[in-house]
Amino acid sequence: MARESFINAILFALLPLTALVAYMLDEPFIITLATKAAILALAGVGLNIALGLGGLVSFGHAAFFGLGGYAMGILAHHAQTYAPIMEYPLLIEGTKSMPVIWLVAVLTSGIAALAIGALSLRTSGVYFIMITLAFGQMFYYFAISWPAYGGEDGLSIYVRNGFPGLNTLDPIQFFGIAFVVLAVVVAFVGRLARSPFGLALSAARQNAERVETVGIRPYRIRLTAFVISGAVTGLAGALFADLNRFVSPTMFSWHMSGEIMIFVILGGVGRLWGPVAGAALFILLEHVLGGLSEFWHIYLGLLLLLVVLFARGGIIGMLAGREKAHD
Amino acid sequence: MTTILLIEQVLNGIQSGIMLFLMAAGLTLIFGVMGLINLAHGSLYMVGAFAAAAVSAATGSFVIGLIAALAAAAAAGAIVEYTVIRRLYDRDHLDQVLATFALILIFSEGTRYLFGSFPLFLDIPSALQGPITLPGGIQYPLYRLVIIGVGLIIAVGLFALIARTRIGIQIRAGEADREMIAALGIDISKLYTLVFALGAALAGLAGAMVGAIQSVQVGMGEPVLILAFVVIVIGGIGSIKGALVGALLVGLTDTLGGVLLPPLFATFMDASAATSVGSSLASMSIYILMAIVLLFRPTGLFGEA
Repeated sequence: MARESFINAILFALLPLTALVAYMLDEPFIITLATKAAILALAGVGLNIALGLGGLVSFGHAAFFGLGGYAMGILAHHAQTYAPIMEYPLLIEGTKSMPVIWLVAVLTSGIAALAIGALSLRTSGVYFIMITLAFGQMFYYFAISWPAYGGEDGLSIYVRNGFPGLNTLDPIQFFGIAFVVLAVVVAFVGRLARSPFGLALSAARQNAERVETVGIRPYRIRLTAFVISGAVTGLAGALFADLNRFVSPTMFSWHMSGEIMIFVILGGVGRLWGPVAGAALFILLEHVLGGLSEFWHIYLGLLLLLVVLFARGGIIGMLAGREKAHD
Repeated sequence: MTTILLIEQVLNGIQSGIMLFLMAAGLTLIFGVMGLINLAHGSLYMVGAFAAAAVSAATGSFVIGLIAALAAAAAAGAIVEYTVIRRLYDRDHLDQVLATFALILIFSEGTRYLFGSFPLFLDIPSALQGPITLPGGIQYPLYRLVIIGVGLIIAVGLFALIARTRIGIQIRAGEADREMIAALGIDISKLYTLVFALGAALAGLAGAMVGAIQSVQVGMGEPVLILAFVVIVIGGIGSIKGALVGALLVGLTDTLGGVLLPPLFATFMDASAATSVGSSLASMSIYILMAIVLLFRPTGLFGEA
């Protein structure tokens, strides 16, 4: 464990250090890459609650990521066009305030996760994978065919949303926001994993029958975990949309679900900081390989294949040994 | 809504259902026999379509193109099984999902590298072009009817293969108890390669036949793959009968939803709102169907718990 804590400390410092060095060298693009890594890591941290702690292989987390994105897109769109979202029975207006948007993103994706989870958790194994995938696609096609918010073209937001006391258009300040959110959520997940709830969730993954015999219903525990997981990924979606100042149905696509899963696997399933390592490596690869070849996905695919076949446990598993390996 | 239009759409639904069946049958066989979830099945569909387009463009013969599609997809399937997939049989589903997702990335980008990003075109052979008149005066494209016919023949052949032949017995035995049939002296790894190649060939054939109606492009297999997943979840994983019923249900729901829902909503909403609500609901209809089936039968219509 000591070795993993040491690696975690390095990982914790890695992103802010990168951003800080880039800030001093006046390289705003690198800061934006670090921000992107932090936000995608947050999405992975969300998935890791379901996947790593709960053993729930959700292939539809893009649904929550996209819902978070559209929560931001729709609220900011109404704010920039000064058209209220609804007037009757009560007046709801758009907003450009990040904390409000985050709240809405967390709530909508949490509610969606409750509905999807309640249905999907009736099944398990391969059925669960395919059903979550199908629900994710349902949102994707809905976003494409619903014309009110841009349909296939998506929604552009002209000015990044505001955060009280900060200038979010300054890359380093926006990075700060994203990183603090990530750190707070990772700390929360760390406590969650050690709480009675987290222990019950892990136990339900390892042996559902035993958990049931001591009087805990695995379904409820798993559903709660799925909702928290979806809500965190939704929060990441809102931040991701704010980073790009753009939302489109691609946030809902199953490639997105696959990518979020790749962050978790590259880093190491069930490791607290795994998704951070995975997302950072993914962004690095995208940047380096993408610069070398237009067809960098081939190399990404080969690398992923090698990690799955030969390096189980991901980066952190390789560096820290397999003391805490999941199975 | 006239009856003729409705019958046409029902035929379209059956046609897309039959093609989905070819995909879903392979997926469900591979899952039933090897316990493997194969996301790369859509890539084999794409391989079939590209092989058919390239070969029939070079030779001028659609039939040779179809044979090439079968051969290329079966070969790609056998190679992938031999190099990657057989290492995954003992792994958990998460590893299978990721490894086959990686295969999709490699297949898609590899195809883009070979053929470029622009779609290829595969022409319907001249003998099958144009509409024919069905009883009742309905004009319907001959090629689509041929697709339905070919699909039905393959469905019957597949049922006969599984139920009546020695290989079929081995496949069913493999589903039931793989250690036992290995102990009885059947080369299980050869059987697995064969089943995988068979599933791949079916996917490749579907890709080639649909490729003549739609354009042949990178990523064409993915929407079909996801529909095929919905099909086997509805039908019950591992059941060929379930795949057939599920495929027809999904094909019909998907096609008829798009045609029927907007006018249905137009009866009580204004036209533009009805179009947007109707078409968005239509795009979700098969997933709603899946959710309803799962509420009542969590293991699908023909699945065993």
